[in-house]
Amino acid sequence: MLTAILIMSGLALVIGVILGFAAIQFKAEENPLVDKIDAILPQTQCGQCGFPGCRPYAEAISRGEADINRCPPGGDEGIHRLADLLGMDAKPLGDGQAQAKAKSVAVIDEQRCIGCTLCLQACPVDAIVGAAKQMHTVIAKQCTGCELCVAPCPVECITMEALTEDITQWKWTYPRYDIKNSALSTDR
Amino acid sequence: MENYALILVGTVLVNNIVLTKMLGLCPFMGVSKKLETAFGMGAATTFVLTLAAGASSLINEYLLGADYAYLRTLSFIVVIAGIVQFTEMFIRKTSPVLYQVLGIYLPLITTNCAVLGIALLNVQAQHTFLESLFFGLGGAIGFSLALVIFAAMRERLEAADVPAYFKGSPIAMINAGLLSLAFMGFSGLVK
Repeated sequence: MLTAILIMSGLALVIGVILGFAAIQFKAEENPLVDKIDAILPQTQCGQCGFPGCRPYAEAISRGEADINRCPPGGDEGIHRLADLLGMDAKPLGDGQAQAKAKSVAVIDEQRCIGCTLCLQACPVDAIVGAAKQMHTVIAKQCTGCELCVAPCPVECITMEALTEDITQWKWTYPRYDIKNSALSTDR
Repeated sequence: MENYALILVGTVLVNNIVLTKMLGLCPFMGVSKKLETAFGMGAATTFVLTLAAGASSLINEYLLGADYAYLRTLSFIVVIAGIVQFTEMFIRKTSPVLYQVLGIYLPLITTNCAVLGIALLNVQAQHTFLESLFFGLGGAIGFSLALVIFAAMRERLEAADVPAYFKGSPIAMINAGLLSLAFMGFSGLVK
C-alpha cells in the first residue's frame, strides 16, 4: 500500500519536475504587454467590450486594434490604469459601450423567480446565490452590473437597478481639470 | 526486423485501432469534419501516442512490475497527461506555426481513449519496449489513416444529396460503419 502511494507520488513528482522545467525552458515569447493588460482587466469575461473575454480584449489592445475605454466593469479606474500602462490619455468609457451608465446591480424579483439556475450559470463573478427550484438572489456587493444574467432569465424577473450614491459606496472621483477650456478663457 | 514490420502493418491495417478495435471514436467523429483538421489531429496524436506507448511500457516494466499491476491505469493516465502537456509546450516553443494548427487538438488527446488503449494493449500482449514503440506508432498511423479517410468522405458527403433525416451525424455514423466493414477486408492480410 505504502509502496503504491510512493510509486504514484514519485511518478507525479518526476513528471511535475519535468513539466516545470519545460515550462521555464520552453517559455514561448509571447507579448508580455498582453499579460500586463490582462492583469488590469477585471476578468469578468462579460464580453461587453465586444470580444469573447478579457484575454482576447487584452490582445486586441496590445495590437492597437481596440480602444482602452471599452470595459464597463473595469470602470474609470481600469481605464486610467490602462492609460498609465500604455502611455495614452485616459478617456471616458466610450463609443457604443454602456455609455457612462450609472453603476447598477442586478435585482431578482423573488416573487417571480422559478429557480431555474440559468442566471447562476451566466454570472461571471458568482454573485448570484440559489439552487435548483429555490429562489435566487443577487449579492449586490459582488455584482459588477454586467447584465449577463438578464438575457438568460426565462421569466424576465431580473432587472438592472441603478445604484444611488450614498455614504456606503461614494468614492472620490478622479480630479478633472478642464485645461483646454480654461486656457482658452484666459487667452481672451 | 520482420517482427516490427508485422506489428506495423498489423496495427495500421488489420487491427486498426479505430475501425476494428473501436477505440478513439470520439475524435474520429468529432474532428473529421474537415480534412485539414483531420491531418492536424492525426499528426498530434501520432506524436503523443508513440511517446506514450514507449513511456508506459518502460513504467510498466521497471516501475510497476507484476506486484503493482493495479496501478497501471492510474499511472498511464498520469504519464499521458504529462506527455501531452510537454508536447504542447515543446511545439509552442519550437514551431509556433504548427502550434497554431494543432493548438486546440493537443489537450484533447489526453482524453483520447486510443492512447490509453494502446498502452494497456501493449501490457496485455507483453510487448518489449521496442515492440511497444512500434505498436504505438502503428496504432497512431492507423488512427490518422482512418481519420483522414473518414474526413475526406465526410467532405464529399457535404455535397451529396442526403435525405433530410440522414443529414449530418446519422449519415456519418453509417459511413463509419461501412468504412469499418471495408477494413475488415484486411483481416486476411497477415496470417
